[in-house]
Amino acid sequence: MLQTLQGKAWKAGNDIDTDVIIAARYLNDSDPKHLAAHCLEDLFPNLAKQIAAGDILVAGRNFGCGSSREHAPIAIKHAGFGCVIAESYARIFYRNAINIGLPIIVAPEAAREIKEDDILEVDPGKGKINNKTTGKTYTGETLPPFILDILETGGLIPYTAEKVKKRA
Amino acid sequence: MGMTMAEKILADHAGLKTTKAGEIVNAKLDLVLANDITGPLAVKEFRKLGIEKVFDKEKIVLIPDHFAPAKDIPSAQQCLEIKEFSREQELTHYYEVGRNGIEHCFLPEQGLVLPGDVVIGADSHTCTYGGLGAFSTGVGSTDLAVGMAMGEIWFRVPETLKFILKGRPKNKWVSGKDYILEVIGLIGVDGAQYKAMEFTGQAIDELSVDGRLTMTNMAIEAGAKAGLIAPDQKTIDYVKKRAKRPWKEFISDKDARYADIIEIDVTDMQPQVAFPHLPSNVKPVAEGKNVKIDQVVIGSCTNGRIEDLRIAAEIIKGRTIHPDVRAIVIPGTREIYLQALQEGIVEDFIEAGAVVSTPTCGPCLGGYMGILAEGERAVSTTNRNFVGRMGHPKSEVYLSNPAVASASAILGRIGSPEEVV
Repeated sequence: MLQTLQGKAWKAGNDIDTDVIIAARYLNDSDPKHLAAHCLEDLFPNLAKQIAAGDILVAGRNFGCGSSREHAPIAIKHAGFGCVIAESYARIFYRNAINIGLPIIVAPEAAREIKEDDILEVDPGKGKINNKTTGKTYTGETLPPFILDILETGGLIPYTAEKVKKRA
Repeated sequence: MGMTMAEKILADHAGLKTTKAGEIVNAKLDLVLANDITGPLAVKEFRKLGIEKVFDKEKIVLIPDHFAPAKDIPSAQQCLEIKEFSREQELTHYYEVGRNGIEHCFLPEQGLVLPGDVVIGADSHTCTYGGLGAFSTGVGSTDLAVGMAMGEIWFRVPETLKFILKGRPKNKWVSGKDYILEVIGLIGVDGAQYKAMEFTGQAIDELSVDGRLTMTNMAIEAGAKAGLIAPDQKTIDYVKKRAKRPWKEFISDKDARYADIIEIDVTDMQPQVAFPHLPSNVKPVAEGKNVKIDQVVIGSCTNGRIEDLRIAAEIIKGRTIHPDVRAIVIPGTREIYLQALQEGIVEDFIEAGAVVSTPTCGPCLGGYMGILAEGERAVSTTNRNFVGRMGHPKSEVYLSNPAVASASAILGRIGSPEEVV
């Protein structure tokens, strides 16, 4: 089961690319702590200081476009975000987030209406979003069962490792 | 109902007679690629799987090209990690600096990717190989780790957008780069999200293999999973002297189902420039004539091939780079570099006042070898112009074809080749 989250919304716009999420100048080191320290730093200069674990990143269309760098969802996850809500995602980012166990929700209406600093309660497994600031609730697109399986196992590596173990 | 190229290649690799868009298939992989940025993470994840050996040591390619030759100690460390993994796993296809090149220039050139292949690479521009008729796509390091271990990966079979590029451009400087910029400008940076893009028509038939690889390279810039061009005689002539194994050609059926069919007439097309900060912010080159520039980059997996260098040199030869401009030319591979040397092209660039670098991705992703300061502007033949892509968050990148980049280097502002030739 994926954990229900409660946290504050950080609001980003459309076409947030992976260079903005984690600039290439930091890619000479893949340590999650190093990446987290520079996550979205040109967009939210105070992110590293002000984020609380379980906060939620809310973005517009085509979130995570550009490079295939998995450093991007790793930076978001280790910066403390509990999940991402967006109108839509770039394909590689979407796969990468699932693979590393970062819950992401496609919820266009929620993504448009939620405002910076709104307090949200999110059940990523069911795609349920409760905006406690406005009282409005939303349901995002549900994930296909096998993708939910990957997320619930903690990502593609534990998921595949289990399959390997069974095979042996 | 017929199938698209994408459906046929995926069905073939999943051991199915047919498949259709929307289905999830497990496809066997012909090649799995990573570089010095994404490779170390993939190796780290591979170690967690409880598997000793990669699925096939002939089918994994590791190339230090992004921050290589290493730009600093951490980058050197990352290069070393993929080198050590290659030795440990006895990989056939590890290529050291000096004998390699930018991965997406190098793999087609060496015959490592072939028509009909399914290829994944931990680099978003892996979609390049669709220019040869392969289904190839970018993935992250974790997918790559699983690909290296299992030799197969799941795909959602994509719908295909078909683009018919009609006619022949009257402007001799219009190239594959302009076609793809036009397409991205038309449909936007998520216009092909999750889909395959298939390029057809007279303009594609008449385009060189280098030009086709430029187009499919940038399919990702419209959000696509793959960019595809049906193999033809040009493709076969290109691969037959390079291939070391057999290949299979897949072509879309006449009654294949497309998500949409978009026709573009290229006859009156002008060279295109993508203004900051999205590859879809495309305008004809004439609209840039008041934009002064500080740097020009000619190279990358998009436009670092021999044809690109020849076109740029044709304009630059015998002329002088503008005094305020740094021009950085980066041949895509050792073979391209050598060819350019033999043709006297390297000399033309250096005499004009450009620098010619060893192959590297370097400046394209703001790594090194030409980083922009605050407020600086570059015209670049690369593929992305996001905020901060080539350096300072307040610098700007304008994407163009090699002819426009070359002319702009001479003019000191964005300009068209006709203004200098």
